[in-house]
Amino acid sequence: MIFTQQWIREWVDVNLEPSMLISQLTMAGLEVDAHGPVAADFSGVIVAEVRNVIQHPDADKLRVCDVFDGTEVLQVVCGAANVRAGLKVPYAKIGAQLPVHNPAADAPASFSIKKAKLRGIESFGMLCSAEELGMSDSSDGLLELPDDAPPGVCVREYLKTDDVFYEMDLTPNRGDCLSIRGLAREIAALNYLAYHEPAINAVSPTLTDVFPVTLQASAQCPRYLGRVIKGINPDVRTPLWMQEKLRRCGLRSIDPVVDVTNYVLLELGQPMHAFDLQQLQGGIVVRMAEVGEKITLLDGKQIDVQADTLLIADHRGPLALAGIMGGENSGVSNATRDIFLECAWFDPLAIAGRARRYGLHTDASHRYERGVDSDLQHDAMERATQLLLEIVGGAAGPVIEQAHNVPAKKSVTLEVGNIDRLLGLPMSKDQILNILSRLGLILESSSETEMRFSVPSYRFDISIEADLIEELARVYGYDHLPVTKPLVRMNLSPRPEGTITPERLRERLLTLGYQQVISYSFVEPSLLMRLQPDIEPVALQNPISADMAVMRTTLWAGLIQTLQHNVNRQQSRIRLFETGQIFLSTGEQVEQPDMLGGLVYGSRMPAEWSQTKDSADFFDVKGDLEILLSLSGEADSFTFQAQPHPALHSGQSARIFKSGRAVGWIGALSPTLQRILDLSEKVYLFEIELTAVLTSRIPAFKPLSKFPEVSRDLALLLDKNIPARSIRAELSELAGEFLTSLRIFDVYQGDAIGSDKKSMALGLTWQHPSRTLGDDDINSIIERCVKGLEVKFNAKLRN
Amino acid sequence: MTDTIALLNLALAAIEATDEERMLDQLRVEYLGKKGQLTELLKGLGKLPAEQRPAAGEHINEAKRQIQQALDSRRDFIVTKALEQQLASETIDVSLPGRRQSAGGLHPVSRTIDRIRQLFESVGYSVAEGPEIEDDYHNFEALNIPGHHPARAMHDTFYINPTTVLRTHTSPVQVRVMERGKPPFRMICPGRVYRCDSDLTHTPMFHQVEGLLIDEHVTFADLKGTLADFLQSFFEADLAVRFRPSYFPFTEPSAEVDMSCVMCSGKGCRVCKQTGWLEVLGCGMVHPSVLESSGIDSTKYRGFAFGMGVERLAMLRYGVNDLRLFFENDLKFLRQFN
Repeated sequence: MIFTQQWIREWVDVNLEPSMLISQLTMAGLEVDAHGPVAADFSGVIVAEVRNVIQHPDADKLRVCDVFDGTEVLQVVCGAANVRAGLKVPYAKIGAQLPVHNPAADAPASFSIKKAKLRGIESFGMLCSAEELGMSDSSDGLLELPDDAPPGVCVREYLKTDDVFYEMDLTPNRGDCLSIRGLAREIAALNYLAYHEPAINAVSPTLTDVFPVTLQASAQCPRYLGRVIKGINPDVRTPLWMQEKLRRCGLRSIDPVVDVTNYVLLELGQPMHAFDLQQLQGGIVVRMAEVGEKITLLDGKQIDVQADTLLIADHRGPLALAGIMGGENSGVSNATRDIFLECAWFDPLAIAGRARRYGLHTDASHRYERGVDSDLQHDAMERATQLLLEIVGGAAGPVIEQAHNVPAKKSVTLEVGNIDRLLGLPMSKDQILNILSRLGLILESSSETEMRFSVPSYRFDISIEADLIEELARVYGYDHLPVTKPLVRMNLSPRPEGTITPERLRERLLTLGYQQVISYSFVEPSLLMRLQPDIEPVALQNPISADMAVMRTTLWAGLIQTLQHNVNRQQSRIRLFETGQIFLSTGEQVEQPDMLGGLVYGSRMPAEWSQTKDSADFFDVKGDLEILLSLSGEADSFTFQAQPHPALHSGQSARIFKSGRAVGWIGALSPTLQRILDLSEKVYLFEIELTAVLTSRIPAFKPLSKFPEVSRDLALLLDKNIPARSIRAELSELAGEFLTSLRIFDVYQGDAIGSDKKSMALGLTWQHPSRTLGDDDINSIIERCVKGLEVKFNAKLRN
Repeated sequence: MTDTIALLNLALAAIEATDEERMLDQLRVEYLGKKGQLTELLKGLGKLPAEQRPAAGEHINEAKRQIQQALDSRRDFIVTKALEQQLASETIDVSLPGRRQSAGGLHPVSRTIDRIRQLFESVGYSVAEGPEIEDDYHNFEALNIPGHHPARAMHDTFYINPTTVLRTHTSPVQVRVMERGKPPFRMICPGRVYRCDSDLTHTPMFHQVEGLLIDEHVTFADLKGTLADFLQSFFEADLAVRFRPSYFPFTEPSAEVDMSCVMCSGKGCRVCKQTGWLEVLGCGMVHPSVLESSGIDSTKYRGFAFGMGVERLAMLRYGVNDLRLFFENDLKFLRQFN
C-alpha cells in the first residue's frame, strides 16, 4: 500500500516531517518500507500550449512547433508522436533543470536545457514526457495536461509535485489500513486529530434499469450490491488529477471506468468490478465453482477452477473469480456503453489462499483476504457512481442489494486488571477509554473491573481481550512500557549423568582435528543414489533447485560435497564432521534420527617437520571413533563387524553395533566412487547415531585388589580370515573371571608364515581380589585358552 | 711427617689431573681405602714414640681430610662439566612447532548457538529440539495459522506432501514441549529451519533459536527486560534496544525488536540501511489460543515467546558480509572461527 502526503492530508490535517511520520507509523506497528518524492527534482518547467505543428524539413520523426508559454510564442522542435496543435504540455524553458534518468554515482543528477539546433532548426526549450520529469519509469509521448491548464503556470505547482509517497509494509492483521481512509483514521488516532471523510452523497437514480443478482453462496458472499449505469462516453480520458493520484500510489491509468474502481479501492479500501452489461446473460449468480469449470481471466490466463472457489457467474457461466480477478470477456472495453457495477463483501475465509493457489495476487485479493469493512459497500458504490457520472457521464439505475447474514458487530470485554497482568503496567479506565475510543471502539458498558467495547466493522483483528490489550500497548507506545526481569522459582534443571552433552562430544572431535561443517539437509538425488541405492529418499514437492531436491538419508552426502568443494580449492588434508538429522521414510512416517558423521582425507598428521607424510588409514579413523565411543564409559559395548556397504570399499567397511543393535558404519569410500567423484586420495567415512554415542555409564566403584597382577603373552598362528574380535571374545571367556586386561600387541602377515595365515600376539593380565595367583593357576588357564582356541579356530601356539 | 706431606701433594696432584669420575674412585681407594697409602701411614703410627703420635695422627688425618675434599670437589667439577656437555648436546630449537594433530573448530553457526544457549541456560532455560520434517498442525495450525491465513504467504514453505512440510520456524518445538509437559516452561529451541527462498540475503535453510517462558506471572515488561538483557550480553555492548508493534499469529501483543546498529553505533550505515537500527528478533506474549490448543489454562498461565535468526546474529557479531558463506563450508572461511 502506497499513500501520499497530499492525499492523506485531504482526510487528516497531519503536518509532520516525513521522518517523524515514518517513525510514528513504524512505532505504531505500521512499517514504512520506502518513501520519497513523487517526481524528480526539476525546475523551469511551465504549462505551455502547442499552437501550431509542422513537419521538420530534414527529419521524419521531428516536428517544429509554435509553443505559447503564457507571454510569448517560441519555436520548439519535438519528436513525440502525440504532439498536436491545441495540446497543453509541460514545457522546459531555456535554463530549466531536468533530472538525469538513473545517473551514475558520481555524475550530476540533473542537466540544464539550452538553446539548440536540431537538424538545422532552432529549438528554444523542450516539451516533456512524464518520464523526462521523473514522474514515471516510462512514457510513450508527451505528458498531456488538461485543456484548461493555464499557460505560464509552473508545472510543479500545477501538478502539485511537491508531494511525498510512503510505501507501507503492512502486517496481515491490518487489512483496515489498506486504504487512504484506513491510514488517515490511524494517523488521526495517533496524533489526536480529527479525520474528515469526503462527503459521499447517494446518487439519485435516473434510470429504473436493474440487473438481477442471486446469492447462492451467501455464507461466502453475505452482501452483494449491483448497479446499472447506461450510456457512458467511451472516449473520455481519466482526468489528470485522478491519473496522478493513482500513479503516485503505484497504479497505472487504464481507462476511466477501471481507474474509478481503482481509485475507490485506494481511497476507501473497497475492491469493485465493472462488467460490460451487454456481455452479461440473464443475471448475476454468486456461487461456488463446479468441478471442471474453466475461466479465462483478464490477463488472458486460463485456469481450471477448483470447487472451493467462489465465482461471480451469469446464466451462461463464470464471469470472474470473486474477490480476485475479473474474466476476459465480461470486462469493460472501449466499446462498452453500459456497465454493471459490482460492490460486494466476501468472507475473508472464502477468498484467502485461493489467489495464491492459482498463482495470482491482486489488489482485490490482497484486501479481501485480510478483510474488507463489511459496512462499506453502500458508500463505495455511491462514491464510484458519483465519480463515474462526473467523468464518463451516463445515467445510473438504482442500487440493488442482496444480503444475508452480514456479520454483526463484535463486542469484546476487557478485564481492567488483565492489562497489568499482561503488560506489567496498570491503566486507568480513563486511559483505556481515551485510547480505544480514538481507535473507533465504542464503550458499551462498564463496571468496576470490566469494560465492554463494540468493535468497528473494519477491525478484523480485534476479537478477544488480548487484542484490546495489544491496541492499548501499541498506542501507548511499546517503548513507554516498563522493563523488568521475570521472577521465577529457582528450580534446578535436570542434568542426567547418563547423557553426554553434545558439547563434550564436539570438544573431543575438535581435539582430534575435525572441523565442524553445516551442510544443506536437501541434497542432489544422484549423489544419494550412489551412496545408498537401496534407500528411497524423501523428496520435496517444490525444491529450490534440482540439486537440492531430496532430503539426505546420510550425512555423507553433505560431507562429500564439502570435501569436493575444498579439494577444488587446493585443500589437501581435510577432516570434517557434521551432526544433524537424516530423514528415513518408513511408509507413512519419516524417522529423523540425529547422526554424527565424519570424513577424513589426506595425511594422518598435518604436514610438518616432525611428522611422517603417511596417509590416514582405516585404523586412524577407527581410533578416532573409538576415542569418541569411550566417552560412554563402555567402549566395549560397541563392536565393529565387517559388512558390505554400497558406498564403501568391500574389504574396508564395518557396521557398528551397540549391544547388538546396528547404530552406524565406518569404512573407506569405494574406489569406484572415489574415481567417479574425481578424488585423488582415499576417503574414510563414519556415521553413527548420536544417541548411541551420547549415552553414558554412571561409574560404579569396585574394591581395589592388594594382590599382584600376573601377565602372560600368547603368540598365535591363525587363519588370516579369523577376525581379531572373535579371538578376543573367545579369549575373554576362556581366560576366566580374573582377567583384567587383554590387548593385541602385534599382528603379522607375511610369506614366512604362509599367505593364508597371520600371527597375532596377545598380552593377558590377571589379578585376583583376595589372593596371589600362582604359576599353577595361570598355567592351567593358559592351557585352557590354547586348547579352546585350537578347537574353535584351529589356532596354533607359535614358539 | 715428610712422608705425609709428600703423599698429600702426590695425591692432590693426581686428583687435579683426573677427568673421569671412575679414576677418582681409584684414587680414593689408593689413598684412603682400607689398604690405602694414608691408611698404611696411620697403621704405622704405633711405631712412633707415644708423645709424637697425636701430632703425627692429626697430620695424617688432616691429609685424609684434604684428599677427601679434593676428591669431592673434583667429582663435582667433573659431574657438572659432564652435565654441561650433555645439555649442550641436547639443546633443541624450541621455536619449531610441536608434534600434534591439527586442531578442528566449530562452525560459526554452532558457536553462535552455543553462546545463545549458554546465556539462557545461565538463568535456567533448558534446551529442547524437534523434528525438521514437521506436520502442518504443529508448524501452522497449533500456532494459530489456519490453512488460509495470509501469514502463510510470509512463509515460503517447502512441502513433502500437502500436510507435511519442512518446518518454517522453530516455533513448533514450543508446541511439542507444551503438549508433553506441564507449566511452568522455560526453554529455548535451536535448530534448522527451511524457507523456499534463495538469493543474496536468503538461503533455503537457516537456523533459528526459539525461546519460551510460561509461568503464572509473566508480563510483556519481562519480555522487554529479558531480550534487552540478552542482546546486550550477546554483543557485550550497552546497545539501545527498541520494541516495535508487529504481528505474528501466535503471539499477542507481538513485537519486532531492533537494536542500535553494531556496525555504526546507530549513526546510519549500509548494514542498517541508514536507519541506525537493526531488526534482530521477533517476539510477543503467547496467544491464548496457542496455550489452549496445547492444553494450558490461559487464564492461569501467561508467557512470552521469541525467535531469532542465528546467521543474522553471527553475521553482526563477527562481521560476516555474505550469508551464503555459512553453507559453502569453505575451510578458509570456517577456520577463521577456530
